[in-house]
Amino acid sequence: MKRFGDFTAVDGIDVDVWPGEAFGFLGPNGAGKSSTMRMIGCVSPPTGGTLRILGKDPTRDGPAIRARLGVCPQLDNLDPELTVQENLTTYARYFGIPRKVARERAAELLDFVQLSERAKGKVEPLSGGMKRRLTIARALVNEPDIVLLDEPTTGLDPQARHLVWERLFRLKRQGVTLVLTTHYMDEAEQLCDRLVVMDGGRIVAEGSPRELIERHSTREVVELRFAAESQEAFAGKLEGLGERVEVLPDRILLYVSDGDTAVADVHARGLTPASVLVRRSSLEDVFLHLTGRTLVD
Amino acid sequence: MAAVFEYWLVTYKRVWRGSALSTFVLPLLTVLGFGLGVGEYVDDGLGGVSYLDWIVPGLIASTVMQVAVFESTWPVLSNFNWVRTYEGQAATPMRIDDILGGNLIYVAFRALTGAAAFILVALAFGALHSWWALAVLPISVLLALALAAPTFAYASSVSSDSYLALLLRFAVIPMSLFAGVFFPVESLPVGLRWLAYASPLWHGVDLSRAATLGVPADWSVPGHVLYLALWAGGGYALARVRFKKRLVV
Repeated sequence: MKRFGDFTAVDGIDVDVWPGEAFGFLGPNGAGKSSTMRMIGCVSPPTGGTLRILGKDPTRDGPAIRARLGVCPQLDNLDPELTVQENLTTYARYFGIPRKVARERAAELLDFVQLSERAKGKVEPLSGGMKRRLTIARALVNEPDIVLLDEPTTGLDPQARHLVWERLFRLKRQGVTLVLTTHYMDEAEQLCDRLVVMDGGRIVAEGSPRELIERHSTREVVELRFAAESQEAFAGKLEGLGERVEVLPDRILLYVSDGDTAVADVHARGLTPASVLVRRSSLEDVFLHLTGRTLVD
Repeated sequence: MAAVFEYWLVTYKRVWRGSALSTFVLPLLTVLGFGLGVGEYVDDGLGGVSYLDWIVPGLIASTVMQVAVFESTWPVLSNFNWVRTYEGQAATPMRIDDILGGNLIYVAFRALTGAAAFILVALAFGALHSWWALAVLPISVLLALALAAPTFAYASSVSSDSYLALLLRFAVIPMSLFAGVFFPVESLPVGLRWLAYASPLWHGVDLSRAATLGVPADWSVPGHVLYLALWAGGGYALARVRFKKRLVV
């Protein structure tokens, strides 16, 4: 639990993360993801409850736990004045790694995140994706048991995101435990073995991406668009089709097990939507269903 | 703590060429301007020595103050808000004392190199009267910490850099003008005199002057050292509270 004065950022969450697992915290802005990550990172003591990281108590063994964590913060805090390599070697020293080992490891890690050619260059001119990869490399400099990634691909272009995902996937295969926060559903589906959906400081759902979709959504979703001004008018005529009908300002969603049958049923009722899209249900449907469509800022 | 100091040395390595030049050029210019230029009009010197020799230790202490305060203002604000270096360090095994202490040691190191360069310039002008002049080095470290530690506390408490300019205007400039650098504090009206005595800079100036001229200090030497140590220790305690509040939330 984490309180800041009267404000409760994280209000009773109960999770276990197993070694070698990729675990995700999903949630809209303000759900308490970053506060949770800061508590796991041992820089923010919990104001209530029990927290154990690698079997240790963060309020007592903070430095010892942090020695075995790799932290990739939401906003990069690299030193723009130093070279790419120096950013890694100076950081390695905080973990008591000898200079020679630090240089060797920096070279390996820069190779891993495909930045070897920029080793001697300054950080400042690097692109957002390169800086992110460097921050991830820096988080790995102490060969951590757990890597904490707070929104690892927010703000990156698609190529950069896929490269980061691919590298994180390799880490996972090497047996590193990944704990990440994200509000990208595709990211969670790609990377997480298990995840929790957080809203208002609480957990609203827990499971693997597949399980969550099965439990909180249907197999397929039919998106119908009607040419008329208001979609509302058609909602009544669709009642009884599928498990759930959701009316949005611009379209109607039918949550069904079989999309094609549902479309046939729609036509059988004499309705002719301007456009029809049948797609598989995604984590995004689960997420929006659980946390609502209202914008949270 | 050593790892944090090492980090700051690596950042310094990238700018040291430019800074080394100004470390020597600035003392040279001030010695020429004040010591020789103004000294020309001070016929009988001060305290039995030429004005140049009298003013040099004050200029050293004043330079130490400038380095110490400068390195503890904008850089500290940046390390919290802009580059967020401290946040990165706090995620590692480094503790608050490592982060704060390592940075303060670096500031003391910068002040020390500044003072050492100034001593070389003073030596070239024959302004040093005693081997005690070497004591200026530890004095400079102590003075730097006495000024830097409370400045760390201040810079980690303010919300924007306009407050840092206030510190320069209302603390640094008055100190360099009235704390015995350019003329004896005794020439000030009594009320202002006590303000000068209260300032850490005067204690550093009086100690440095006794050292370079090889004369007794105007006030008790252990008293000076203790007073500066109090500023350093008190400033550290305050800065530690502020750093903890901002890094461990």
